[in-house]
Amino acid sequence: MSRVVTLKINNQDVSGRDDESVLQVARDNGVDLPTLCHLDGLHDIGACRLCLVEVEGVPKLLPACTTLVAEGMHIRTDSERLNRYRRQIVELLFVEGNHICSVCVSNGHCDLQGLAVELGIVHVDYNYRYPKRPVDASHSRFIFDGNRCVLCTRCVRVCDEIEGAHTWDVRGRGIKSEVITDLDQPWGESPTCTTCGKCVQVCPTGALFEKGKSVAEMHKRREFLPYLTTMREKTTK
Amino acid sequence: MSLEELHHIVEEERKAQAAFQHRIFVCSGTACQSAHSDTVQTALQAEIKARGLEHHCDITGGGCRGLCAAGPMVSVEPQGILYEGVAPDDAAAILDSLDGEPVARLQADTDAPFYARQVKVVLEHSGKLNPESLEGYLAAGGYTALMKAVTEMTPAQVLDEVMRSGLRGRGGAGYRTGLKWSTVAKAHGALKYVVCNGDEGDPGAFMDRSVMEDYPHRVIEGMTIAAYAVGASEGFLYVRAEYPLAVKRLQLAIRQAQRHNLLGSNILGTSFSFTIQIRLGAGAFVCGEETALIASIEGKRGQPRPRPPYPAEAGLWGKPTLINNVESYGNIVPIIREGADWYASIGTEKSHGTKVFALSGRIVNTGLIEVPMGMTLREIVYDIGGGIPDGKELKAIQTGGPSGGCIPAQYLDMPVDYESLLKLGSFMGSGGMIIMDETSCMVDVAQYFMEFCMSESCGKCIPCRVGTAQMYDLLKKITSGTATLNDLAQLEELCDLVKNTSLCGLGQAAPNPVLSTLRYFREEYLAHIVEKRCPAGVCKIHGAQSPEHPSHTEQEVLS
Repeated sequence: MSRVVTLKINNQDVSGRDDESVLQVARDNGVDLPTLCHLDGLHDIGACRLCLVEVEGVPKLLPACTTLVAEGMHIRTDSERLNRYRRQIVELLFVEGNHICSVCVSNGHCDLQGLAVELGIVHVDYNYRYPKRPVDASHSRFIFDGNRCVLCTRCVRVCDEIEGAHTWDVRGRGIKSEVITDLDQPWGESPTCTTCGKCVQVCPTGALFEKGKSVAEMHKRREFLPYLTTMREKTTK
Repeated sequence: MSLEELHHIVEEERKAQAAFQHRIFVCSGTACQSAHSDTVQTALQAEIKARGLEHHCDITGGGCRGLCAAGPMVSVEPQGILYEGVAPDDAAAILDSLDGEPVARLQADTDAPFYARQVKVVLEHSGKLNPESLEGYLAAGGYTALMKAVTEMTPAQVLDEVMRSGLRGRGGAGYRTGLKWSTVAKAHGALKYVVCNGDEGDPGAFMDRSVMEDYPHRVIEGMTIAAYAVGASEGFLYVRAEYPLAVKRLQLAIRQAQRHNLLGSNILGTSFSFTIQIRLGAGAFVCGEETALIASIEGKRGQPRPRPPYPAEAGLWGKPTLINNVESYGNIVPIIREGADWYASIGTEKSHGTKVFALSGRIVNTGLIEVPMGMTLREIVYDIGGGIPDGKELKAIQTGGPSGGCIPAQYLDMPVDYESLLKLGSFMGSGGMIIMDETSCMVDVAQYFMEFCMSESCGKCIPCRVGTAQMYDLLKKITSGTATLNDLAQLEELCDLVKNTSLCGLGQAAPNPVLSTLRYFREEYLAHIVEKRCPAGVCKIHGAQSPEHPSHTEQEVLS
């Protein structure tokens, strides 16, 4: 049984259940936090570091998505320092891949672009890395464009946790990490892919998209995911 | 096997050892083996046989004596004679001298500070033990601590002993071992695990390798005592695959211990059962981080996850898990055998006991040493280490591997303990100590460690994945003489970001080599950037150019 706790977020008194994350409680109370690897319905991994918050009495910054609320917590979500870090992180994402919004299928409906707008990023200070990344168009219905991948691993998790196929995974270390299908075979030849398209719908950028979509035409349907998990929880109860 | 049978084995072994007038140990550690100590051992064996001395003189492989630079090492007991740099041709001379004067040209001076100033606790047998013989370990007092723990003490008493000893984790961060143990002991769950972290990966570190290679039974004994104290029934020894000799000896030791009922069901006739399995690391540095190590044992991609929950609460397969470093387990045996008060009397007020360090770099005595906590860097470098070769000046000491920092020569009189090193912007780490003289460029050093962090980043969180790569590029720009002061500002900004926002300890510590060199050697960075020259002459900067920002003078930037 979970218990109700009271805490402060940005000096605002709020309440939540002690099995809820700081992120959930903040959003329930109208405090929004930028996120990228988080998606309702998938388990949280605390990887993108955008939802980091300051908790009074804790020397380190904590990710709101994997930190549970506790009685008497004092949380700060919007300090100047946090916003500076968030801008730096998003800038690093832009230099890591090859993100050219004007020719992207997700232009206007992209989480990365949205984050940049939200955080007021108008230019990038860091040197662009311009990696050479291939495009996999071998699948009959979808395309994977590694240039736009931000390694949030939402596709990896949705394929594993919801679809149960585990077609996607990550290979390589550090800056050389990349998502692959099966044992790094062309997607179209994957024996495990069920062509369900969940990976495409959860992808925050234009890295995964449907064939036949042109610039700015790729709208993603995220709503199905919380619905699916809720229905599953109900039927297994 | 009952206690009586075990005591019988000990007596038999001691009798057998006493029957020999001389016992020769040839170091069989990785360093001496690469200096062909095996051929020395074969030559000695052949010579003993030729002279018909098989019942007079025993010869076996031994453990590391510490002075790896002078290998192969051969010791003759009980006379306590140590020879260094022995070649197969020296076999006859050594045997000729057995009942007379030692061979002077080969003899090492065991009264020299390198040997005399050390305090051996973890390495107490000083290599005078055959690493592949359980009987030898038993005869030297091995497994008496385990016997004492399981037959005379309750788990709570063992916990209390470790707590009172003040032992702190030897893997780097210095978390109190007793506290960790009691957390696991208190955690709910019938199934608990004990894990030994033998994934030593810092450049220039080889302490844990030596402990595993030379005293595999001691690691097992320490783990078993830990399992008894926290109520665990299964153990995993995570060893990096790059240590084949350690793996081989640990496997052998586990088999020997099982055969003698020192591992397995109903250990020593008690109701306590514990098994150990070995898992090999596949070469990822990040798997030394405890949550990544757990993922790796579980067969998953070796990536850290956010803590809490800590492994003590939910670790391996979600069960309470105790993870300690090899050297920490190595300390458990003497703590239980000699008592917490004895252990706490060694070292400083806040850092008890000894620490094993691997000395490398620009130092005369390269090798493995064990010193009490609180010894000054000067004593370590100049007394034990023998100073800097070729009459060069000491410039800095790098401790703590890629997570650590560089301590400049002016802090030579600082005592080596957890707090003092942190204060200096460095880190105890697992015990690697790289000595640098005036020929080392500190920017180049920072670049080397950043390259390491970049290629060993797991890639999960953005600050570490992209931040380390950007920092490496900036450092490369500085060492190639093409950087501007803006690049330096960006480097510092990235240090702050990566340090404060990375997911795991490795990412959070990745900027340390840059931060500490910037703190103490900022003028070297500025020399590269403003004057386009490398003061140490290490970095290749072609043709001095005029400064790109002539308005910024060095003085302005320094102030």
